[in-house]
Amino acid sequence: MKDYEVIIGLEVHAELSTNTKIYCNCSTSFGADPNTHCCPICTGMPGTLPVLNEKVVEYAVKAGLATNCEISRFSKQDRKNYFYPDLPKAYQISQYDLPLCLGGHLDINVNGNKKTIGITRIHIEEDAGKLIHDAYTGDTLVDMNRCAVPLIEIVSEPDIRNADEAVAYMQTLKSILEYLEVCDCKMQEGSLRCDVNLSVRPVGQKEFGTRTETKNLNSFRAIHNLIEFETKRQIEVLENGGVIHQETIRWDDAKGIGYAMRSKEDAQDYRYFPEPDLAPIVLSDEYINDMKNSLPEMPHLKKERYIKEFGLPEYDAEILTASKYTANFFEKTNAICNNPKAVSNWIMGDFAKMLNEKELEINESKVTEENLACLISLIDKGTISSKIAKQIFEEMFETGENAKDIVEKKGLVQISDEGAIKEIVQRVVEANPQSVADYKAGKDRAIGFMVGQIMKETKGKANPQIVNKLLLEIINK
Amino acid sequence: MSVSKEDVKHIANLSKLNLTDEELDKYTTDLSNIVDFANELSNINVDGVKPTAHILDIKNVFRKDEVDASYDREEILKNAPSKDAGCISVPKVVE
Repeated sequence: MKDYEVIIGLEVHAELSTNTKIYCNCSTSFGADPNTHCCPICTGMPGTLPVLNEKVVEYAVKAGLATNCEISRFSKQDRKNYFYPDLPKAYQISQYDLPLCLGGHLDINVNGNKKTIGITRIHIEEDAGKLIHDAYTGDTLVDMNRCAVPLIEIVSEPDIRNADEAVAYMQTLKSILEYLEVCDCKMQEGSLRCDVNLSVRPVGQKEFGTRTETKNLNSFRAIHNLIEFETKRQIEVLENGGVIHQETIRWDDAKGIGYAMRSKEDAQDYRYFPEPDLAPIVLSDEYINDMKNSLPEMPHLKKERYIKEFGLPEYDAEILTASKYTANFFEKTNAICNNPKAVSNWIMGDFAKMLNEKELEINESKVTEENLACLISLIDKGTISSKIAKQIFEEMFETGENAKDIVEKKGLVQISDEGAIKEIVQRVVEANPQSVADYKAGKDRAIGFMVGQIMKETKGKANPQIVNKLLLEIINK
Repeated sequence: MSVSKEDVKHIANLSKLNLTDEELDKYTTDLSNIVDFANELSNINVDGVKPTAHILDIKNVFRKDEVDASYDREEILKNAPSKDAGCISVPKVVE
């Protein structure tokens, strides 16, 4: 078998978190009753006049600046014509030859290696409605609430070479959009989704192979699995002497299989023309500079600050700043308990593990910044041992209860009273003469056994430093 | 003719229209006439004229991002020939 190179370009659609739709004052909020966020403009009634939402321009320009794009001083909107029940006007207002942002790039990190992915363009457009299949009647039901919700489409250069790079690119983009607060990036609600264009070619061949397109992937896992599947499929077709057709693949995530939907020859003919109802967008240098100055601290700069300001290792800083929510959680917690490394260890360790298991984001957890700070302070003050702290944290995570309350309720305060500990140590030493003899014969492990017995007697609450000190004192007496 | 029968078939297909043979002939002639008429614009000398993005001399017509009441659902669905469960009902769309 020949060696093949995989060529991938992504088209990412991000729903902008504006209050209203792109051309009318209807609400964009998710999950409303069908067809209750609609008006004559967004349902395409004849004779209506769309007016562009100023926030849409602002958010798209911010996304462009944050991905190193050139912002167009002159831009216009166009009609993209196609016939489908989710599109009441039978055209989508989009941008064709003069998009708002052009020619940017993103740096991604794939398993420790840096790579730059080019961004061809970012343009603004409107979303389509939602089609619901009615299993009872067999008809299709049209909900137009999502019609004309503002989107930006971010088109990458064909610089991506495998599934890991594609996922890293999406994660980086998601993080940036979250930091900018221009998209809530809830992939399960479809506010961030991705079309994958993929082709393969034998290594050394100059021309690209024929590509297929898979639309609307809305999880990192789906993107990863589709790319692995489609790469393998295309190579197999070519190896068996077949040809790849330019077509749309529908990805069945549950089954892990892609199906060819239709040839694109026809569908490609969108008959774009300039939108006569909307005025051109002309942006001044002053406007663009204002936008530039209003950008929040971006993840790569935040990372450098964490290393300098908090003395954190680069690895910690990278993970903490990968998501806005994690970074905010870290900063808020540390502002209360002032122990950056401890906060970082908790967020990257037990906390992250539990969040992963429950598939939650840090801001969706019951654990608040105040609670984690309180737990860390209890350890720092010696009120509880770090072993007990893990146990308390599990309960905080399950119930959202305050660390202090759990400690009091369960009587988990660390025993640091030497008198009380000494008594137990004495008892354990007397009950284990063999271990004492072993220790004296040079077997250090015997100490560990006795410490374990003491901790067991105190249910893990004895201060380990004091236990060690007293145990050695008593044995060596 | 500047528009061929094949062109008309393609456009009809994109528009989801079924045309009879007589209609096909008629539209091929009609559309050719329209395109020929529009093509006369190509004879105009446009040296030094900037590309037109909009016929009016306007730019940056924006609105504030403030929510206003939407229409009642009954009002929005009033013209739909068929509705069900608060939605417009259409023949099954095959994916």
